[in-house]
Amino acid sequence: MNPLALIGRTCIEFLLAVGHLARFAIRAVRHCFVPPFYLRQIARQFIDIGYYSLPVVGLTTLFTGMVLALQSHTGFARFDAESAIPTVVILSITRELGPVMAGLMVAGRIGAAIAAELGTMRVTEQIDALTTLSTNPFKYLIAPRLIAGTLILPVLVLVGDIVGVFGGFLVCVYDLKFNAANYISQSWQYLEHRDVASGLWKAAVFGFIITMMGCYHGFNSKGGAQGVGKATTNAVVSASILILVFNYVLTGLFFAGK
Amino acid sequence: MTIAPKIELSGVTKSFDEKHVLRGVDFSVGTRESVVIIGGSGTGKSVMLKCILGLMRPDSGSIKVDGQETSKLRGSALDAHQAKFGMLFQGSALFDSLPVWRNVAFKLVQAQGVPPKEAKERAIATLASVGLAPDIADLYPSELSGGMQKRVALARAIASKPEIIFFDEPTTGLDPIMSDVINELIVKCVREVGATALSITHDMASARKISDRIAMIHEGRIVWQGKTQDIDHSGNPYVDQFIHGRAEGPIKMQVRKL
Repeated sequence: MNPLALIGRTCIEFLLAVGHLARFAIRAVRHCFVPPFYLRQIARQFIDIGYYSLPVVGLTTLFTGMVLALQSHTGFARFDAESAIPTVVILSITRELGPVMAGLMVAGRIGAAIAAELGTMRVTEQIDALTTLSTNPFKYLIAPRLIAGTLILPVLVLVGDIVGVFGGFLVCVYDLKFNAANYISQSWQYLEHRDVASGLWKAAVFGFIITMMGCYHGFNSKGGAQGVGKATTNAVVSASILILVFNYVLTGLFFAGK
Repeated sequence: MTIAPKIELSGVTKSFDEKHVLRGVDFSVGTRESVVIIGGSGTGKSVMLKCILGLMRPDSGSIKVDGQETSKLRGSALDAHQAKFGMLFQGSALFDSLPVWRNVAFKLVQAQGVPPKEAKERAIATLASVGLAPDIADLYPSELSGGMQKRVALARAIASKPEIIFFDEPTTGLDPIMSDVINELIVKCVREVGATALSITHDMASARKISDRIAMIHEGRIVWQGKTQDIDHSGNPYVDQFIHGRAEGPIKMQVRKL
């Protein structure tokens, strides 16, 4: 094929996909604010996305905090700056690693689950069946997931922040023989309100991205088992990439000129 | 026809990219009439039903239900239009996350706000009318056989007493005896509810049993329609080939999906 035509076609297809996604997103968000609300469904999603993700997020951030302490120790010990380790751990966890690690893990867990569930409902005509039973699938299936994902991710990340800092504490106190009380007071000393808050805002955006990608790919999947598999992969990959992109963009916005 | 048509299609066309699925369908269904559309796979039967339901928009032509133009409805007008319909899906399309009674009572609970206790009683009564015992109400759809699932799906379609019921290949995948049971239930339920019925099938035994009138669709057009008892001497080569299931004739098998 003509390489110029190929470039053109790829660009047009990309723009079409972006436009399609934008229309879907606007429609989905509108349905989050227009009644009726399916409270049972929203509650179920809070439990699925929030409560059942706790072990995954906890374990991930625990080991992230631990390895962070260990690695910064090897570096800082070379110029006698061990006392900076608690600050490095808490700033890295709250500003970056907490939201990003939790976001990526939840993208794998929840983005995939949403895409697979909605995709299967699409190919078995359950989504069409909802419409014939006077229930809008955007309100019944998509809005509860978006609402729950966006609101619960900051809570998950807050838990992850605490567990991550605790991981650093464990390594420093039991392995590197820091004084426990000193470690805690040093952690607080340089921590600012905005360090934690920026991480939680990121988490809300990541929660929206994850559930939106899961819903979009699942809702529009076609072609049986293979289509559902493809939708699941696309949901996780696109959510993960968007999380990393938006992490950079949001960091730039929050700390511009600082 | 003396009575005003319940559903009236004129010049309906629908294409997907280059594929012209409906090429000008002119067709009507009278109030409380039971019409079956026959035709091979990929001739546009399902697309036609979805256009009438408002799940898809036709490219041109008009679709009237109760004399009201429906092909351009949006928002709450579309919801009101869709509330008139019940549909039995080909693969049953039961919600596998909900027990049987919640499936049957779905529209009553979610869209009409009937309290769960009363809804369950009505669901059990509807299940009884399709010959199912009350003890299956608490089972999940995956625990039922294909024939039982079909009956539950039929109960769900009639539970809210819709004015119009669509049957999408109601007997596909069932053994001949279960097919006949479902056919009898369809005839009985449509009569009890007093609904207008429109079915698509390629099972001739089923078509003969449940219809007052039969229409044949081929390559996106209605090529023949008439009373059920006239189907054997229609004088139409397409109909003759179809009802006798001959490989040779004017209908050439579509190898590629439309």
